[in-house]
Amino acid sequence: MKIAISIKQVPNSEARLRLSRDGKWLDEEDLPFIVNESDEYALEEGLRLAERTGGEVVVFSLGPERVREALRKALAVGAARAVHLADLAFAGGDALATGRALAAALAREAAAPAAGGGPGGTPFDLVLTGSQSDDAGFGATGSVIAGHLGWPHVWLVMGVELEPGDGPPRSAKVTREMESGINEVSRVRLPAVLEIQAGINHPRYASLKGIMQAKKKEIAVWTAADLGLEPAQVGAAGSRLEVLSVAFPAAGKGAQMIEGDAKTAAAALVARLRQDARVL
Amino acid sequence: MGERVWVVPQLRDGRLTRAAWEAVAAAQRLAAALGDGGEAGAGARAEAVLLGSGLDGVAQELAGRDLAAVHVADHPALATYTPGAWIGVLAPAIAAARPGFVVFPHTYQTVDFAPRLAQQTGAGLLPEVTGFSPPAPAPAGAAAEVGAPAGAAAAPAGNGVATAAAGLVWTRPVLGGKLQSRVRVRGAGTVLVSVQSGSFPADGVAPAPAGAAAVVEALAVDPEQARPDREVLGYEQVTAQQVDLTKADVIVAVGRGVGGADKLGPVEELARALGAEIGASRPVIDSGWLPRERQIGSSGQTVSPRLYVAAGISGAIQHLVGMKGSSVIVAINKDPSAPIFTVADYGLVGDLHELVPALTAAVKAAKG
Repeated sequence: MKIAISIKQVPNSEARLRLSRDGKWLDEEDLPFIVNESDEYALEEGLRLAERTGGEVVVFSLGPERVREALRKALAVGAARAVHLADLAFAGGDALATGRALAAALAREAAAPAAGGGPGGTPFDLVLTGSQSDDAGFGATGSVIAGHLGWPHVWLVMGVELEPGDGPPRSAKVTREMESGINEVSRVRLPAVLEIQAGINHPRYASLKGIMQAKKKEIAVWTAADLGLEPAQVGAAGSRLEVLSVAFPAAGKGAQMIEGDAKTAAAALVARLRQDARVL
Repeated sequence: MGERVWVVPQLRDGRLTRAAWEAVAAAQRLAAALGDGGEAGAGARAEAVLLGSGLDGVAQELAGRDLAAVHVADHPALATYTPGAWIGVLAPAIAAARPGFVVFPHTYQTVDFAPRLAQQTGAGLLPEVTGFSPPAPAPAGAAAEVGAPAGAAAAPAGNGVATAAAGLVWTRPVLGGKLQSRVRVRGAGTVLVSVQSGSFPADGVAPAPAGAAAVVEALAVDPEQARPDREVLGYEQVTAQQVDLTKADVIVAVGRGVGGADKLGPVEELARALGAEIGASRPVIDSGWLPRERQIGSSGQTVSPRLYVAAGISGAIQHLVGMKGSSVIVAINKDPSAPIFTVADYGLVGDLHELVPALTAAVKAAKG
């Protein structure tokens, strides 16, 4: 199977966060970025499915120069090739604009002649994304890609079981998480887009050998023009949503903050829980 | 003229969920805010759109609320939810009626189909909102607002027409609730909005004024369009729910900040001292430090104990929705800007590995 994985780099929210000068986002200078958590699980799931079926994984990411580090990491754990969607025009896009660009990139990769110089491209059998980005949190990119490709999709996937048939699998049994501890199990025809929930597997670490091999693997760089997209269709210009400002929530808005060293604070808290809140 | 506001409530086992009522409350407020900007009329009352099979009772229940209409897509093809069936009904309905907004509860089902509905209808997508500010009284203000990027005129479906909707400022969490973002919708055309649980209280749903029950009317369902895009084989309970945290009087919950399964001992001691059950946020469960039956939050259990102690939990919105109904919340976290402190009653900033044992000792001392 030929499997595409779309990954995103997000700020490490454990780091010290400062707002940017215009107040619309974080100051990205010195801000550490990591691969979005659920995307790591999507990558691992894709690698496992490719290994099981003798296929390959191609990884995609849209963003500035820094996302090459994320792509390199994906190559180090076993992706065959990577595509970097790099264009200033892509910046500031919402999930609909970003999904449009990624869908166009998937179509282009699938249409490109094989490395051996074969006549036509090899279509993807499956596209995996994380269920949700840890920054914007739309949970939409995979479904939007699926809409453009006309493929079925499932969001918040907790299990993927390929159904064997003659030749490559044409369907999969997919478990989707619902609220209140219930899962939906459904049969989905392939090709499809599956949006993977964190926790579905245990992502592997890169081996030293893998890291060395990754240096030789190809990272293609594509712009909006390469994808046949106008600048007005992607990025901030192609988005309906505009961020006016971001702010830290008022810390402890209603909370009484209890100060002091551990022993003092603990005693003060217990006193309040007994006397004021009356819960002890 | 006001813009039409639709709300698509979600059913579970044939009944309206609390999240569904919250979406109705949000739609009513939105319709009122937009209706105020112009003459009273279509925009001043929201309309509900129901999808399912056997909906008479639910439609009547909704008709008793302050809504202009209840559009009912009642068809055997809609007995089971799939994105294909839902989009097959909603996309043509949106294309025909062109509502300004369609409001959904921000549930897993909504996230499953709404983005694709937006993609197929060319609508904007505004997920997980926690509130909005009504437009400024001067309608010209929206058009005159500066700062729109140069490419704004080229936004899809954008025509530069100032509407009351364009003046709305929405809030939504980003970065797992570490930041609150204020956003605006540009251009004309429908916007799909999903509202975060607990943001628009369900008891705020206004009843229909006397003699003005909502009109209940059928919404056409074309089974050729409303086709499932997945074959639902069944539903399964994730875990035999052996631990029922919903009945716990006191809960001590741990997050990623605890650092590992081998560091849970002091937390368990605190739980023993308080007579508490142990709960956890999702990262702890995903890391395998505690079993899934102890997960609290949108994909775990929703709890409201008398006392909730959150140790090392930053407070992602998915966790907060599962515990913010607790009577008294104590938060312990090393990061003073952690969102957990926004819902806490008492906050302690510091290292939980020092604070938790100290708290255990203080509880034991107090209990004698």
